[in-house]
Amino acid sequence: MSTTTHPTLAELRAEAMEWGRRPRRFGSWYVTEHMVRAMRAYGWTIIVGALGQPIMYLLGLAVGLAALIQVPVIDRGQEVDYLVFVAPALLVTAAIAVASEEMTYPVMAGFKWRRYFYGFNASPLASPQIAHGVIAGAAARMFVAVGAYYLFLWIFDLFVETVPSPGTGWLAIPVGVAAGLAFGVPLMAYAGSIEDDKGQFALVQRFIFMPMFLFSGTFYPLDTLPVWLQWIGWISPLWHGAELGRIATYGEAVSAGEVLFHVGYLVVLTVLGYLWGRRIFIERLAK
Amino acid sequence: MPQPVISAHNLVKAYRSKGKPDFLAVDGLSFEVAPGESFGLLGPNGAGKSTTMKMIGAVSTRTSGDLEILGLDPDRYGPEIRSRLGVVPQQDNLDGELNARENLYIYGRYFGLPGKVCHQKADELLAFAQLEDKAKNKVDQLSGGMKRRLTIARGLINDPRILLLDEPTTGLDPQARHVLWDRLFRLKERGTTLVLTTHYMDEAEQLCDRLIVVDKGRIMAEGTPSSLIREHSSREVLEVRFGSDRNEQVAAQLQGIGDRVEVLPDRVLIYAGDGEAALERVTSAGLHPITSLVRRSSLEDVFLRLTGRSLIE
Repeated sequence: MSTTTHPTLAELRAEAMEWGRRPRRFGSWYVTEHMVRAMRAYGWTIIVGALGQPIMYLLGLAVGLAALIQVPVIDRGQEVDYLVFVAPALLVTAAIAVASEEMTYPVMAGFKWRRYFYGFNASPLASPQIAHGVIAGAAARMFVAVGAYYLFLWIFDLFVETVPSPGTGWLAIPVGVAAGLAFGVPLMAYAGSIEDDKGQFALVQRFIFMPMFLFSGTFYPLDTLPVWLQWIGWISPLWHGAELGRIATYGEAVSAGEVLFHVGYLVVLTVLGYLWGRRIFIERLAK
Repeated sequence: MPQPVISAHNLVKAYRSKGKPDFLAVDGLSFEVAPGESFGLLGPNGAGKSTTMKMIGAVSTRTSGDLEILGLDPDRYGPEIRSRLGVVPQQDNLDGELNARENLYIYGRYFGLPGKVCHQKADELLAFAQLEDKAKNKVDQLSGGMKRRLTIARGLINDPRILLLDEPTTGLDPQARHVLWDRLFRLKERGTTLVLTTHYMDEAEQLCDRLIVVDKGRIMAEGTPSSLIREHSSREVLEVRFGSDRNEQVAAQLQGIGDRVEVLPDRVLIYAGDGEAALERVTSAGLHPITSLVRRSSLEDVFLRLTGRSLIE
């Protein structure tokens, strides 16, 4: 045994109480910092995706499809150009695409492949703070993706109208992030619940993300679809987000009730997903 | 005696699964660890060592019993306790997306250390772990021994009062083990309390001031390595091999030589104060082993005596 003089138990206890203060308060942000740093490893994919996707979609639709669809879209009795109609939905899709990446494989890696969540958990961080950090890290990337989209809409607007109501149009950015989280947070909980990777994420991509993208009134008003297909839109955070995005970028008179309904739906999905995810993080990390 | 930094009394961890009786991974462990002590949990795989470590590490809650770490209850003060612990888990859980230095830096941030301090500590610890030239390497490019050293370095980022090491050298080659042991000795000299689990008896003998031998979640024996050997084994052991099909049969004729005879599938162990003398008695009885070896008793022998089983199965 060493001959060093050791502090008393009372001193050690006081020291621990002092050391625990900052992690208890800021722990979620420390995990966010980690997640954002780890994203730098695939930083190029993020940047190219965030910049390339809007350019391709907007050019393809503005120059190609919109040229074909000369007839304006009638949305809530309001006539808008096709590009104006489709742009907010594409912006929201960008956030949801980020969610489908950031809330799946990194979560699985944290619990199983690389087990770094267990490393976080051995430090003063508490399990819910780890979930918070994952969510905040993904939200940061969504913000970049959606922000880039909005920037491109604004640039395109110099040539063809894309955002008729610039005064409220910027609200499409928080709306995009909110929709991304409404999809992503429950997905994080699901990813955390998976013990063995049997290709579940590929199934999510094919059977949840793709149908949602195609049937959520992204490319045409939802009521164009027969009623038996419209339900996909009703339950999809993409549709609720896209509707809010449309209200922000060109909507004129909408009732507060309609806005509240869409916002409320996104909030409920996020909160339910959070509660589920929090439980999974606590239980799985304590095993 | 100074107050213990870890005290466990009747510690129990039960795992419940539907339709099955509770599985008691830890079944009433009681022990105390003094500040600056190097304390070991020795036992085979599945003995409950890692589960105990997780409870001491304030990540897994106990089912019953009392547990205090640094004078605090881990159920209530988990973050506070963990802020003063260093943890080296059995499986490395470094972040492969980050390089060696970043892994240290970001871990320091979790303790609320300012960025500048984290950078400084990261450099110091890279030197301590002899990984300065690997600072910019992604973790995935490091060898097993280097990852282990980096994990230990990471566990030291907060100058912990207690360092928990779960099977620190499993899977490492002999040279890497010795480098690691050397680093742990240095920590011990600095007064860090070490708690380690191992199923290597040489490691326990090298590193532990005191240890408990654990099997099936219970303490089988407690003491210093030398006192355990003294108490539960003879000074020397004679190992003789007669061929796997003859060992059992010959063992009957060996009874009475030495204090005790133990038959393993591949060899017969004769516990005796003087191994050479025991060997002479074997040969004078007309028995000629294919190979023979006289060695000092080890913790392996203690474990075999206490449980009737070998540590590494």
